[in-house]
Amino acid sequence: MNKFDRRKERYTIMKEFTYTVTDPLGVHARPAGILVKEAVKFTSDITIEKDGKSADAKRIFGLMGLGVKQGHTITVRADGADEDAAIAAMQALIKENM
Amino acid sequence: MQTFAGKGVFGGIAIGRIHVYKKNERCVKRYKVVDVEAETERFRKACSDTDSELGALYDATVREIGESNAAIFEIHRMMLKDADFTESIENIIRNEGVNSEYAVCVTADNFAQMFSAMDDEYMKARAADVKDISERILNTLQNRSNSGINSGEPGIIVAEDLAPSETVQLDKSKVIAFVTRLGSANSHTAILARTMNIPAVVSCGMEDIDALDGREAVVDGFSGKLYVEPDEETLALMREQKNAHEEKKRLLQSLKGKENITTDGKHIMVYANIGGLGDLAAVLENDAGGIGLFRSEFLYLEKDRYPNEEEQFTVYKRVAQTMAGKQVIIRTLDIGADKKIGYFDLEEEENPALGYRAIRICLDRVEIFKTQLRAILRAALYGKIGIMYPMIISVEEVHTIKQIMSEVKAELDAQGIPYGKVTQGIMIETPAAAVISDLLAKEVDFFSIGTNDLSQYTLALDRQNQKLDKLFDAHHPAILRLIETVVKNAHDKGIWAGICGELGADTTLTRTFLKMGVDELSVSPPYVLPIRDIIINSSTK
Repeated sequence: MNKFDRRKERYTIMKEFTYTVTDPLGVHARPAGILVKEAVKFTSDITIEKDGKSADAKRIFGLMGLGVKQGHTITVRADGADEDAAIAAMQALIKENM
Repeated sequence: MQTFAGKGVFGGIAIGRIHVYKKNERCVKRYKVVDVEAETERFRKACSDTDSELGALYDATVREIGESNAAIFEIHRMMLKDADFTESIENIIRNEGVNSEYAVCVTADNFAQMFSAMDDEYMKARAADVKDISERILNTLQNRSNSGINSGEPGIIVAEDLAPSETVQLDKSKVIAFVTRLGSANSHTAILARTMNIPAVVSCGMEDIDALDGREAVVDGFSGKLYVEPDEETLALMREQKNAHEEKKRLLQSLKGKENITTDGKHIMVYANIGGLGDLAAVLENDAGGIGLFRSEFLYLEKDRYPNEEEQFTVYKRVAQTMAGKQVIIRTLDIGADKKIGYFDLEEEENPALGYRAIRICLDRVEIFKTQLRAILRAALYGKIGIMYPMIISVEEVHTIKQIMSEVKAELDAQGIPYGKVTQGIMIETPAAAVISDLLAKEVDFFSIGTNDLSQYTLALDRQNQKLDKLFDAHHPAILRLIETVVKNAHDKGIWAGICGELGADTTLTRTFLKMGVDELSVSPPYVLPIRDIIINSSTK
């Protein structure tokens, strides 16, 4: 959490998008695994937020712990050197799998 | 004899001796370590060894039973390397100055607790995954083998519960079935067991597992029963069922992959009837050429409100993708006052079989119908989908359906939502439709004869009334003549005609149907291969 708070203080511009989950199972193990696999390819910090709770997209426990289900809206943010590429990749992946 | 009931997660019968499987009794002690750096290093080494081990297990599982079943081990590797997980363990080692084993246990408990507390059955079941990986690290830390179950002679494995990695490491030559006291149909254990072809029963109500060790038993994966020290009668019955099942499997092996071509060269489509996603495995296992009747009612029956477009789309898409380009024929909603769904708010009727049901509801409550059509059209991008309308009695109904269909397509176009091409057919299950099948054939792409309703309407005999059973003749010439007429009228207009009712699976009639020119038979999955057997040995002449 601290890492993200610090980042906010820097007032950097980060990339983000929101998405409403359509998969009836929500973000269960397999899609969470797919997300992590993709997220770790980037150096940017990537977070997924639901109802004010935020998780690191590179950490599977946190992601699954969000309990994202069908109909929930999530916000995905990327912040770092490759944030543009990261956000594009996450968007494509999430659309296809969730 | 003792009988224990549970949930069968994979059919099959096994007769043999019980081996009670116990996890290595582990007593993790907490002790102080002086050199916390060295202890942290010891944990990291164990982690990386466990990771390589899981990698190898993943590769082996991909080879043996496929990528989708191996995916769990990839997830386990991510969990193992999850920074929240490892940081927690390392913090405990450093801050408390304790051994790795203790830190792993405490952390695993916390993470498992997080899943157990979630309000979702699927997520709750994931606590088992956390326990599984921590067991692995502990084994590596203590130089114990992770090689899983190795019993002496082949037998029935009975356990409290089995972790995914334990299940997959069952030496198949030594295990003929397994039964667990815990576990659900959602557990990886159940999913893997189905793929591995081992009869399995979960949530089985055994009290004292240890007392069962070494005793003779029978596992019936079909009914979900475990019989310990079965009596002669039960044993004989089970042996008989086991033989019948094995006979079926032999038939399957020899017929799998063969085409349904008659001795005079006509290709017959042999498809499967399904009532939900759970039936897909059986469709593939029995090598059906497609799905001839997908009863979409389950989507409505399992909910307490109307299923929305996305929910339906997801299911249809999954079926289309699973069938990978093979025909999937979805029958639109077929419910009525006899199949009650509360939220439809249907009135009691004197004569439900002749009442407000199926297409009659859809054409009256058009929004429900449109939602379903939209979902099917969108799913058609992912496979070869046909739509079939039930309970048709007139050409006008088909015209109305077509009108609604073009409205739905126009709406999708206007919203820029992509959709695929579908073929459209009707069920012939009323005598009216059979008699005017020459007129209906001009309007649609195919006919599928629903013999259950067609028989009861033609003979004016209620199938639910047991007193009438002796009057009911499934082979009544009136029914067979109607089928013959329908097939002929279909062919005259250049469309195909099939049978998706119970009669389609009646192997005593298969030759008759072939002679009539029937193009397709859609049957419940276990009948696909017996029907194929007859087709390849028969002529249509």
